[in-house]
Amino acid sequence: MAVRAGRALSFPARIARSDAALPLGLLAPSIVYLSLLILVPVVQALLLSIQAENGAFSLEHYDRMVHDQAFADALANTAKLLVLIVPIQLTLALAMALLINSRFPGHGIFLYIYAIPLAISDLAAGIVWLSIFSDTGYLNTILSGLGLIKEPISYLSYENLHLVLMTIVVAESWRATAIVMVILLAGLQLIPRDYFEAAELFGASRWKRTLVVVLPLLRPSLQSALIIRTIFAFQTFAVVLALAGRQFPVLAYEAYDAYANLFNPRLAAAWAGLILVMTLTIVIFYLRIFRVREAEAPR
Amino acid sequence: MSAATASSQRKSLRRRVLVDRIVLYTVAIVLALWTLVPIYLIAVAAFSERVAVFEYPKALLPTRFSTETMAFFVGSSGVLNSVKNSVIVALGTIVVALALGTPAGYALSRFRFPGRDAFQLAVLSSKMFPMAILAIPLAVTFIDLNLYDKLIGVIIVHSAMVLPFVVIVTAGVFASVSHELEEAAQTLGTSRLGAFLRVALPLSLPGLAAAAIFAFVTSWNEVFAATILTLRERTLPALVVASLNQSPLYFKFAGGFFLIIPSLFFIWFMRKYLFNLWGPGR
Repeated sequence: MAVRAGRALSFPARIARSDAALPLGLLAPSIVYLSLLILVPVVQALLLSIQAENGAFSLEHYDRMVHDQAFADALANTAKLLVLIVPIQLTLALAMALLINSRFPGHGIFLYIYAIPLAISDLAAGIVWLSIFSDTGYLNTILSGLGLIKEPISYLSYENLHLVLMTIVVAESWRATAIVMVILLAGLQLIPRDYFEAAELFGASRWKRTLVVVLPLLRPSLQSALIIRTIFAFQTFAVVLALAGRQFPVLAYEAYDAYANLFNPRLAAAWAGLILVMTLTIVIFYLRIFRVREAEAPR
Repeated sequence: MSAATASSQRKSLRRRVLVDRIVLYTVAIVLALWTLVPIYLIAVAAFSERVAVFEYPKALLPTRFSTETMAFFVGSSGVLNSVKNSVIVALGTIVVALALGTPAGYALSRFRFPGRDAFQLAVLSSKMFPMAILAIPLAVTFIDLNLYDKLIGVIIVHSAMVLPFVVIVTAGVFASVSHELEEAAQTLGTSRLGAFLRVALPLSLPGLAAAAIFAFVTSWNEVFAATILTLRERTLPALVVASLNQSPLYFKFAGGFFLIIPSLFFIWFMRKYLFNLWGPGR
């Protein structure tokens, strides 16, 4: 099966010289649509979040958000998920991508299998793992079948919040490793085969070869993967709801809750604003460190 | 070098290659099981009798195979309607996103013009905004516009979510179709539009189909906006999320399996386009 990376666009010289009216006309619908449905709502959300009911400027919603009893937990839980999930995903995805990239016989079917979770929603993933982690679920069945436990363990009880955290980490790692794998695999395919062969010729062992040759060349893909995963991590919502419900607050759930259960769109907009600011901050932070490292690299 | 050492060297090399192979396939299979076993287990749970859900220890093999749980799920009030809604919203998203995005993708693949890079950058960065910050103000606006709790409202939001991907993917698809064929058709007397419709479009159909399937999956899976923007006209994920609190385990398991079914087929159809759709997107 052909595994191919997105191809660079090439331009026919003759057509390239034509005037700008036609292409801009073709782009206009997308530009208008995305502005109306992305730019406008973002501005609107920020405005909503800093206005009182009567429209006057007010920080009352942010004040209420910060003093919400779930605020510290939601922030801490979202951060914990990010810190735990991203390294697991990068490791698993790198293993999958390196395997597939070695083009062993049958790699096509394995790529298909590894990619299946791409099309599985976080809600469905949460329910899948609920069947495994529930008190009468498959994990307890297997562990007791092996004689490892006598009584079923309550993984999802509020008494064992660290176990609840673990179940969410497992479910999210299961679901969203696929997208990281695809990004890394696309990056691996851009590395010329000669690099691998040269390293082999000089006697580098397999592991050393991977770390020394591949990882630095894979930096742009690692960066994209890291950014995309971070953006998603702040939106973690349905998987948490399916597994843990209210007992494990996260930022996106609080935004949903403020809107759907408290009927307070302004408060919901404040939570959404917090998510946006944190996402942007971390993305800019990533871009910064990666750029500094790149400048240091002797190339 | 004697013949004996040469042959023993060859033998040890062959053994190393064999060991390498065994390690490689073992790791590949373990990772495949990590992906597949949970899907198998939810399928077993969804196709057991309802009471089997509460049994412990559970059967790991489908020994209690029954369609009772799935039948209960499909027969529950609101489920069939929400499936219908989900399909309508997903199809609507395909139509809107492809109608708007295909021309833009074509323009990016065929023309060099001022602002091209800026447009590409804007499209890429528009993927970055969290759903919460889009859906909440839009819900407020939609109430004013009488679009709240209407499927068209969900279609509008899902299209915005999918459009950036469609633009980038179709640009890649058209770039892989030779512009010379279109020029040849034009020299033979068709208009520019005719050349696009009769030459570029048919050749791009498989890639456009992949973009359409992507739009379908994204919309089918989307939870946050669908839940915020609807009340009675739920899509399937919105219905399942809204009922998580009070629904029994077997209802959830059947719903979870039902949500997964399309993914198995979709990835198979789009496996050639994985990198265009979910890759770094350039």
